[in-house]
Amino acid sequence: MNSEEKKVNSKPHMAGPRGRGGAGEKPKNLKSALRKMIKYLHRFVPLIVIALVLSSLSSVFSIIGPNKLSDLTDKISKGLVINERNLKLVSQGISNKLEEKRIQKISKDIICIDLNSEVVREILLSDDISHDDKMKFQEVMNTINDQNMISQITSLPKAIQRIVFKDSSYQGKIISKDDQIKYLSLIAQIKDEKEAVKTVHHIPSSIQDIFLPTFTVQKKKITTSDQLQFLEMMSKVEDFENPTKIYKELDRLPQSIYDLIKPNMDFQYIKGLSLVLLILYLIGASFNFIQGFIMAIVSNHFAQELRTKISIKINRLPLKYFDQNSYGDILSRVTNDVDTIGFSMYQSLGSLVGAITLFIGSIIMMFGTNWIMAVTAILSSLLGFILMFVILGKSQKYFMARQVELGKLNGHIEEIYSSHHVVKAYNGERESSLKFDELNDRVYECNRKSQFLSGLMQPIMAFIGNFSYVAVCIVGALLVINNHITFGVIVAFMIYVRLFTTPLSQIAQGMTQLQTTAAASERVFEFLEEGEMEEESHLTKVLTNQEAKGNIEFSHVKFGYNEDKIVIKDFNCKVKKGQKIAIVGPTGAGKTTMVNLLMKFYNINSGDIKIDGISIKELTRENVHQLFVMVLQDTWLFNGTIRDNIKYNQEEVSDRDIWKALRTVGVDHFVKTLPNDLDYEITDNDSISVGQKQLLTIARGMIENAPFLILDEATSSVDTRTEELVQKAMDKLTEGKTSFIIAHRLSTIKNADIILVMKEGNIIEQGSHSELIKKKGFYADLYNSQFES
Amino acid sequence: MFKLFKNFHRKDVGLIIVCILLIIFQVWLDLKLPDYMSEVTVLVQTEGSKISDILVQGSYMLVCALGSLISAIIVGYLASLISATFSKNIRKKVFEKVQSFGMEEIKLFSTSSLITRSTNDITNIQMFISMGLQMMIKAPIVAVWAVLKILNKSWEWSALTGVAVLVLIGTVVLLMVTVLPKFKIVQKLIDNINGLTRENLTGIRVIRAFNAEKYQEAKFEKGNMILTNTQLFNQKMMSIMAPVMYLIMNLLTLGIYFIGANLIHQALLADKIGLFSDMVVFVSYAIQVIMSFLMLAMIFIMYPRAAVSAERINEVIYTKVKVLDGEGRENCKVKGKVEFKHVSFKYPDSDEYLLKDISFTANMGEVVAFIGSTGSGKSTLINLVPRFYDVTDGEVLVDDVNVKDYTLEELHDKLGYVPQKAVMFNGSIHYNVSYGKNGKKKITDEKVKEAIRVAQAEEFVLKMSDQYNHNISQGGINVSGGQKQRLAIARAIARDPEIYIFDDSFSALDYKTDYLLRSKLKEYTKNATSLIVAQRIGTIMNADKIIVLDAGICVGMGTHQELLKSCSVYQEIAYSQLSKEELEHE
Repeated sequence: MNSEEKKVNSKPHMAGPRGRGGAGEKPKNLKSALRKMIKYLHRFVPLIVIALVLSSLSSVFSIIGPNKLSDLTDKISKGLVINERNLKLVSQGISNKLEEKRIQKISKDIICIDLNSEVVREILLSDDISHDDKMKFQEVMNTINDQNMISQITSLPKAIQRIVFKDSSYQGKIISKDDQIKYLSLIAQIKDEKEAVKTVHHIPSSIQDIFLPTFTVQKKKITTSDQLQFLEMMSKVEDFENPTKIYKELDRLPQSIYDLIKPNMDFQYIKGLSLVLLILYLIGASFNFIQGFIMAIVSNHFAQELRTKISIKINRLPLKYFDQNSYGDILSRVTNDVDTIGFSMYQSLGSLVGAITLFIGSIIMMFGTNWIMAVTAILSSLLGFILMFVILGKSQKYFMARQVELGKLNGHIEEIYSSHHVVKAYNGERESSLKFDELNDRVYECNRKSQFLSGLMQPIMAFIGNFSYVAVCIVGALLVINNHITFGVIVAFMIYVRLFTTPLSQIAQGMTQLQTTAAASERVFEFLEEGEMEEESHLTKVLTNQEAKGNIEFSHVKFGYNEDKIVIKDFNCKVKKGQKIAIVGPTGAGKTTMVNLLMKFYNINSGDIKIDGISIKELTRENVHQLFVMVLQDTWLFNGTIRDNIKYNQEEVSDRDIWKALRTVGVDHFVKTLPNDLDYEITDNDSISVGQKQLLTIARGMIENAPFLILDEATSSVDTRTEELVQKAMDKLTEGKTSFIIAHRLSTIKNADIILVMKEGNIIEQGSHSELIKKKGFYADLYNSQFES
Repeated sequence: MFKLFKNFHRKDVGLIIVCILLIIFQVWLDLKLPDYMSEVTVLVQTEGSKISDILVQGSYMLVCALGSLISAIIVGYLASLISATFSKNIRKKVFEKVQSFGMEEIKLFSTSSLITRSTNDITNIQMFISMGLQMMIKAPIVAVWAVLKILNKSWEWSALTGVAVLVLIGTVVLLMVTVLPKFKIVQKLIDNINGLTRENLTGIRVIRAFNAEKYQEAKFEKGNMILTNTQLFNQKMMSIMAPVMYLIMNLLTLGIYFIGANLIHQALLADKIGLFSDMVVFVSYAIQVIMSFLMLAMIFIMYPRAAVSAERINEVIYTKVKVLDGEGRENCKVKGKVEFKHVSFKYPDSDEYLLKDISFTANMGEVVAFIGSTGSGKSTLINLVPRFYDVTDGEVLVDDVNVKDYTLEELHDKLGYVPQKAVMFNGSIHYNVSYGKNGKKKITDEKVKEAIRVAQAEEFVLKMSDQYNHNISQGGINVSGGQKQRLAIARAIARDPEIYIFDDSFSALDYKTDYLLRSKLKEYTKNATSLIVAQRIGTIMNADKIIVLDAGICVGMGTHQELLKSCSVYQEIAYSQLSKEELEHE
């Protein structure tokens, strides 16, 4: 996962150093594995359903989100466009007032000219007026009539005009004669409407008020000066093609008009929408969080349950199972496999369902919004997806190969390191180096390829995203221009494209993870469904340690680990209370078989073993075990205090009892030298020697009081002095007990009441030492060989 | 970590520089993209734009995207090359180093730790490099660049982005502080569960014999509970991560839009469109910034684990090996002679001598045996011959030459060493017996068969399905202890060495096989010297010289009969194993 995208989308995790299962491992039967999985999960089903529903819902929210966001964008982008209707209203309102007829009408109303005889005389008699002007006046007076009055008057010389004009009043306002003169001179120059607009500015304000009275558009008062400003601004705009220039001019409009035409952003609505989005995001996030939370609980408790089940199962399986399966295998089921199951449940299940919802949801939403755009988005990312799946398949292959090669390499490393002294002593370094190089090279190849290919995913995804983006933009733009959709739809699709492309890689990932999980769960369930030891609740007979005397009788015992390979054919033997039975034979002769039968670890095929007359078939295993003390060669001490190791599961054992046992075995001094004596923690790698461990194990047996004893006395790796101690301790242990001893010492063998000689799984000879020596059989041979050096 | 990075080759460094340049190029393209994106946005937004304009800007954008893709592919290729090569070289280096180690160094680290260092730790480093290399280079570049692009837009947006980054960093830091320490504990808890299960499995017979199933289950359940609770806590905490990341990004987008709406609202008409497209672009830059900080956070999360691994690897690589090759001596006139001259030995970090002033000579054809209780120094003594350790004082001579003067290979060519615990390699029986090199000719099939016969292994080897080609699995789990020991002895025999070293190599054999083997061996090794460490008196009774060790001191030297009379330690050992009559039975 080296994609940043995925980093965010998938829940970040930190895998333990052991890594997670085999990459891309395939289950044998996916369906049945899943079915079983559901069966085992039944307790958690309600929680899982809730989590999955939440996961789907949060996906749904993340689909609705963009839709709302696109609404928001729409609203904001509305804030970019001026209110053209109002603009039209304003300009219409103004230009209406400047119509020619109105001008003429108003002109007539406001102009007050007095041409009566007195005025005429005054002009003609005036000394201030030149002769020429007087001539001109008379000329005008001759030609003047109602129609051409204004033009004629304006053509009069200034001095005369001043006399002719009189202050007038219009709608209660006085208009001075100077204003009238100025006005008229301006009017006279007007040739077209455009010029009229320009001229308006120069008109005296008293008259301007009349021409452009304040009017209201949508309750906004537009004063005369505002109108004038508007007119001036409009007159400056020459290039109507350039929107930016227009917008720049529009910014300078008087407030009243600007308020009318400025883009109208519905801020209330935007606030509301933002709030909705905020809530949506918060709910989505909390759903997502709760989902993760629930899945964490479910997956961990499920893993815990599986581990517990395995731990209990171990104790219910017949020993046969452990003889046939390696510990490593079972161990890896408890940790790796259970880990894989728990982890991928936590990691993938929720996100897989979420991803699928997201995928389907975004397709539905896309088609719901606009099908042309939807098809565009899907088609444009299709090629990328095909490419992606091809790469995914390839990289998966290399990942698996890598896993295999790495396993081989690690195997080699392990082998060479743990045989380091032999490799050195035999000059095997060069050979192992060569092999190492070869394996290292193969790992390198797989590493490189798998990493490269998986690294391709993210850039390709990014490219698909961008490609679809452009495609969506272009097609979207076409549609916008043709007014099929709004810009917000494009924004929504930009996000849909992203929503639509991310879950696919998640789905692909989830699927592989699911397979790995299925394979892991298959192994775990297989183990849990192994046949258990037979039920014993129907056995009611009880033989307590107090009642037991110590006699054992084997009659016609027939036994084989497999039906077709019988190792003990017809074994008969009577053992009386307190007798010592030595079991001898070369390594691998099957001496532990006797232990297995006595302890009811295995059931005999036919015949019977009777303890004090009661067949062990009628006693529960627990009962049989209770009758025996068993001390085995491979000392078994666990990580814990010395006290715990000796006391073990037996209750009511006081420290005094423990010390007594330790004293009997002869390690009390040793234990006292340890820090914290009985509370000393035994760990895997501490300095307690094998012999001492053996003594501690014997001490544990001492604590348990039982009429029978099984003892494996091999002490090959113990030094002679400790061996002596061990022997003494063992002898103590056998006191007063009927004992079966896997014997290695001559003294034991010779003192035994009965010697069972085993070879290749069979009991081939049976009797006391002297009897067997006389027989001159295998035993005699074995016994004598040690003196022939 | 950086110390480890010194192991990059010059060529790799060149490639990394190419990578950096390409990543810069890629980031440039990636950040150029939103510009074109905004052009497209503006065009789509503005009435009357021509489709051809959108197409032109769109194709610029695609060219950027394609360029970015191509450079990403090249970078991906180079990065995979660099990280795979690096891990390959480091692994090789560690492996070779460990091979050159003496016992002392091996003991210092412990074998299992060395294995983890050569496997898991290197895998960790490789993961870190392959994921981190690109991120480490890209994240800061993107972060800085995108921030620069953003800065001169609106301060409100920048501030909001800053807050988002702070919240992001805060969340990551919080999680790291609470969860990271627990992650380390989890590993221990898993080991604990592993240990408990292993305990259950190895002790299954004992557990059943003691009816202690419930006890074990309760113990397991306790460990299980702690593990579950710890892991649950971690995962609960971690499930905050993804939703918060999403939330930060969503809210940032929303916030930028909301602030944008305000800004646009207040702006002059002329600035509005510009602001709008700025806003759309800003969102994509802001997301880039968040992403790059997220990447940085990831690196910080990955770093501690990788750093620990790097440290552990460094420890191996930079360990000084004590036992080194001597100048080399090819031809020695004397053959099969081992001589100890006042040899004392102690581990460098301990005060206690394990061997003190040991002197003896073993001549060609002689059998010299060592006996004594555990910890008396028998194994240590013979480990000085193949130079598994070097003496502290005195000298060990082989063929009259100090062992330190030979190259290790020359020295080992003379020896046939059989360890206490027989070692088997994954391979055929033939491979196992003919293992290694002895400086002479290749070991022939005949020789292998003969060695197997002498070692009393023929009987079971011939019974196997593929006989000499029968495969032995790793660690020899498909052969019994006694069989392994016999094969290990055969391996030494096949080498035809001058000097045999048997380190308690007969312990897993029953008396009869032990006897047969020794008598055949004696016959076969007439011209070779044997050094034998043993526990059983029977094994060594007939040696030419028996050396009795007690707490590192030689307390007796002589033949069996001599020692029985003169050496009390020897007597003690002898009587504990055999009754008086048996000892005199001979």
